[in-house]
Amino acid sequence: MNIIESGIGELIELPDMNAFREWNRTQKTRKLVDKLMTEREAISRYAYDGCYIGTELYGTVRCPMTLVREVLRQGIKDLRVAGQGVTELDLWLAAGIVKTLDLTYIGLEVYGTSNALRRAVESGQVEKVVEWSNAGISWRFKAAAMGVPFLPVRSMLGTDTLKYSAAKVVECPFTGEKVALLPALILDVGLMHVHRADRYGNCQVEGITGFGFEFARACKRLIVSAEEIVPTTEIRKYPDRTLVPYYLVDAVVHAPFASHPGEMAYVYCRDEPEIKAWVEASKTHEGSMAYLKEWVYDLPDHQAYLDKLGRLRLARLLEGRERRE
Amino acid sequence: MSEPSYNPTELLICTASRLMEDGTTAFIGTGIPMLAAALAQRQQAPNLVTVFEFGGTGAILEDLPMAVGEARTFHKALHASGICDVMEAAQRGFIDYGFLGGAQVDPYGNLNSTIIGPVHHPPKVRLPGSGGANDVGSLCWHTIIIIRHSKRSFVSKVDFVTTPGYLTGPGAREAAGLPPDTGPLYVVSNLALLGFDDDTKRMKLLATQPGVTVEQVVAETSFELIIPTQVGVSEAPTDEELHILRDQVDRQRLYI
Repeated sequence: MNIIESGIGELIELPDMNAFREWNRTQKTRKLVDKLMTEREAISRYAYDGCYIGTELYGTVRCPMTLVREVLRQGIKDLRVAGQGVTELDLWLAAGIVKTLDLTYIGLEVYGTSNALRRAVESGQVEKVVEWSNAGISWRFKAAAMGVPFLPVRSMLGTDTLKYSAAKVVECPFTGEKVALLPALILDVGLMHVHRADRYGNCQVEGITGFGFEFARACKRLIVSAEEIVPTTEIRKYPDRTLVPYYLVDAVVHAPFASHPGEMAYVYCRDEPEIKAWVEASKTHEGSMAYLKEWVYDLPDHQAYLDKLGRLRLARLLEGRERRE
Repeated sequence: MSEPSYNPTELLICTASRLMEDGTTAFIGTGIPMLAAALAQRQQAPNLVTVFEFGGTGAILEDLPMAVGEARTFHKALHASGICDVMEAAQRGFIDYGFLGGAQVDPYGNLNSTIIGPVHHPPKVRLPGSGGANDVGSLCWHTIIIIRHSKRSFVSKVDFVTTPGYLTGPGAREAAGLPPDTGPLYVVSNLALLGFDDDTKRMKLLATQPGVTVEQVVAETSFELIIPTQVGVSEAPTDEELHILRDQVDRQRLYI
């Protein structure tokens, strides 16, 4: 195939689909085994220095904050990170544990640019940044989910976003038109938060699915936290709601309010004062570190985080939830 | 001249909102596009089908979303799916409009939201990156750019082409492999409404905002604008628009 253009960004991992098949054959059990464990156990068992890691959904929406904080607490470093984010990736960037980034969007949305990203990238602490679009990275997960090494798409063409990515432009072998080829993205470790799961890892979500479907199928290890642990009989009642079947999942962590300070559709709303507190704290390195000390390092686990927030505050977030009407 | 009874953000919202058509599909980004869409749904476009990149289609914007994935982006919606589904709909030609912002725009409507300054590592100023902007700018039929007007934002060459406008001019999008008949339609700023010349694909002044002169627009633009002999004047935000905006759309004054 004639390659017309190659992005000069680094391809962090080759899309080796045979290796992925072999991994799925030998490392992922088909048995219904109990995978319920604490966040400490899950992260220490599956995340490691230098791993290629990602989070789903993003920012302030169905975001695996409990698992993100546990990665920080365990001092895991030199992460190669794929994805888009607000607070979750902000915390990692502020703590200086990110070495390489497949970047689509890291910002604070209505509150502007991410100061944590700016400091980490402009100082050179993040050694490599590879550009992608949001659909681009989601389609990369989709390619991995399909078990194919790349997908042709009609986005990113003609731009610096493609030039500084690891995509390639080729002639379509059928029509002769130019298409961008996006390499499949297989993560070592994926972190994801869902509405409910059973002990085996069958997961259901409410509302938009983001890129959860594709992401869950593109991870060698998938750690899931859930608002609620339900009996498998509940899953079997609504199998059409299962976004992630058990065999994709390696660990299940029970963590209510795990998306805090973000929201969980139909369960609780964003905690705006807490998001603003991070926006303020993240303006300086010192402020960020003080925030991390108070809300991450000085707390032993997720339960301590919830205790610190207090029942009244959590009750207010439940009250502000989106309702089906 | 007396001080206008509205601020620049309200002006941007109202101008963008009037460009939203009933019965069309439109990608809506965070911030001003959300307010413009919420206003349009209460005015001329009750059946404007909002599309949010993480999967919400057809939401009724009763309360203002703070993020493109939050529950208000699929409040009373027609479909709650995921990013691949909505972006693939755009790729198949189902999304009419995309409303986009950026830090810099050039004469061809190319947008930068990635890096300010020379492109090397580490960069001088690192912005958030493409997000869904590149996909929206590549795949929707028309994009409408909303951006504050200044010499620093209207530049002859963007530091980084995050999102494609007409790239280097006529035929460049198609030559790059982007779908034909697509590209930016309007640029909405606090000083003017601008479009693109059919032959050169360069930015063209269509109308000035109320109280703004052509000279002011030219002075605040770092490249040569096409100035037709007839330049219109946009209508100021009406009392009704401002009332809806302040008392219904953004009651908590998060944006305006």
